[in-house]
Amino acid sequence: MPSGPASPVAPSPARWVPGARLHRAWLNFAGRQVLNVIETIHGLGAFALITLGVALTKFNRAASVIHPLISRQIYQAGVRLLPVVTFIALALGLVIIGQTVSLLSSVGAQQYTGTVMVTVVVRELGPLVAALLVLARVGTPTVIELGTARALGEVEALEALGIDPVHYLVVPRVFGQAVAVFALTVYLVIIALFSGYLFAFLQDIPLLPGEYFRQLAGAMTWLDFVLLALKTTAFGTIIAIVTCYQGLARPLRLNEVAEATTRAIVQSLVACVLLNALFIFFFVYLLM
Amino acid sequence: MKPAAPTKDPPVIELRGADIGPDPATGLALLRGVDWRVTAGDWWVVGGGHRSGKSALLATAAGVQRPLSGGHWLFGEETERLAESRLIEHRRRVGVVFENGGRLFAHLSVAENVALPLRYHRDCDLDEASGRVAELLDWLGLTRQARMQPDRLGRDLRQRAALARALALEPEVLLLDNPLAGLAAREREWWLAQLAALHAGRVPGGGRPLTLAVMTDDLEPWAAHGRQFAVVQDGQCRAMGGRESLPECVEMLGREPRPLAAIED
Repeated sequence: MPSGPASPVAPSPARWVPGARLHRAWLNFAGRQVLNVIETIHGLGAFALITLGVALTKFNRAASVIHPLISRQIYQAGVRLLPVVTFIALALGLVIIGQTVSLLSSVGAQQYTGTVMVTVVVRELGPLVAALLVLARVGTPTVIELGTARALGEVEALEALGIDPVHYLVVPRVFGQAVAVFALTVYLVIIALFSGYLFAFLQDIPLLPGEYFRQLAGAMTWLDFVLLALKTTAFGTIIAIVTCYQGLARPLRLNEVAEATTRAIVQSLVACVLLNALFIFFFVYLLM
Repeated sequence: MKPAAPTKDPPVIELRGADIGPDPATGLALLRGVDWRVTAGDWWVVGGGHRSGKSALLATAAGVQRPLSGGHWLFGEETERLAESRLIEHRRRVGVVFENGGRLFAHLSVAENVALPLRYHRDCDLDEASGRVAELLDWLGLTRQARMQPDRLGRDLRQRAALARALALEPEVLLLDNPLAGLAAREREWWLAQLAALHAGRVPGGGRPLTLAVMTDDLEPWAAHGRQFAVVQDGQCRAMGGRESLPECVEMLGREPRPLAAIED
């Protein structure tokens, strides 16, 4: 807004330049967005460091309270998601095999089935899909739970009892969700690879099980295992940190919890995809 | 200030020139220049109207919230300079009963709420804490509700459960935020009697007499119990003195709050 005696409703015709004004407004808008992004990254980074510090220094403190909470998180984010992960894994096997096998056999390149499965399912889709499922099923309630607890002053009550909210609320979620995404990915990959073969078999593709698994084993390197473990635990950690940060970091009012939830989901998604891109870059350009 | 020698009793809570807030609406301090000393054995009753800054004063005194400026001491040590572990040690010696149902943890049952601080600080499971929990719940008449979730309890019982949780760690000071608000006359009597018992040292499981500080919007029910009175009004906290000052306090609270600019000290 121009400051000055001129009324903002009716700017004086001599000074009013539509292009300039629009330009300025857009610049302001873009600048504000950039600042918001920087502020969010800064806040998230600080929060992640605080959580790391607390996790390291207090891992064994109050173990009889915190460790059951970690188990509960693994149960909620891992075990309870098994049915939906099974379903998605079956569907993935069907889709990928249904599409690629027919394509590969039409050009006579069935021997690449295993390679395609490993590249698509093990390296890319498996971790990302597992992370998205955990985000949807566990990340969303995390923001709502913590945001509500913050809005109702329960977090302050924890502090008044000498209980570190990061230790009690965030650390179990980070460990639980990191383990859960890793375990779910392994499960999802195995189911998808099996169901992939099943659908290939149903389509009368001339591929023996032994041949298929030899292809899979040939396409995988030891690096795949390391990267899978790193990537999935990183996804789980990102989801837990971002959702906890959005729920806890600022004093919320109850009506702001919904907005915080949306923000957390979008930020987790962007962070996971960016990290995935980083892994691809690392894998493709530096190690191959 | 140097911490006083441990042999001479330092005030349990002290605020010096503390600005307290911020007001979520304006971002400014709610109270300015608060000087407040709570010594062992006191029973403070702090009166103030709605949105006068009582709750912020309580949170600051408990060490949960930092003063915007000025100093805050707990048991003779300045909280600003304390290591986190020491601050947590001090916070455990201060019990807080928050207003409006006591901010119980919604995902835990009443017994789990009371047991949580014990389990966290003594690193034990629910069974090991159950003796102390049962004792407290029994004393406060909550045994039948032990397994219920807090949201299924009425306000009066939730408030009692909050008192049980605050007492679990055997604190030396108890801060209460408007404990009588919205309670029936009988329940008010119960609270006044229990707090008097706590102040006199008749604590479940034995123990020292508790130092009390009560924030309230109505001073009258406390007339027979409070020892020291203060008033929070117009952005200031004024310690008024003993019971003889009560009529003056009540009169001050009854007055319309003046705009900040018109205050003369």
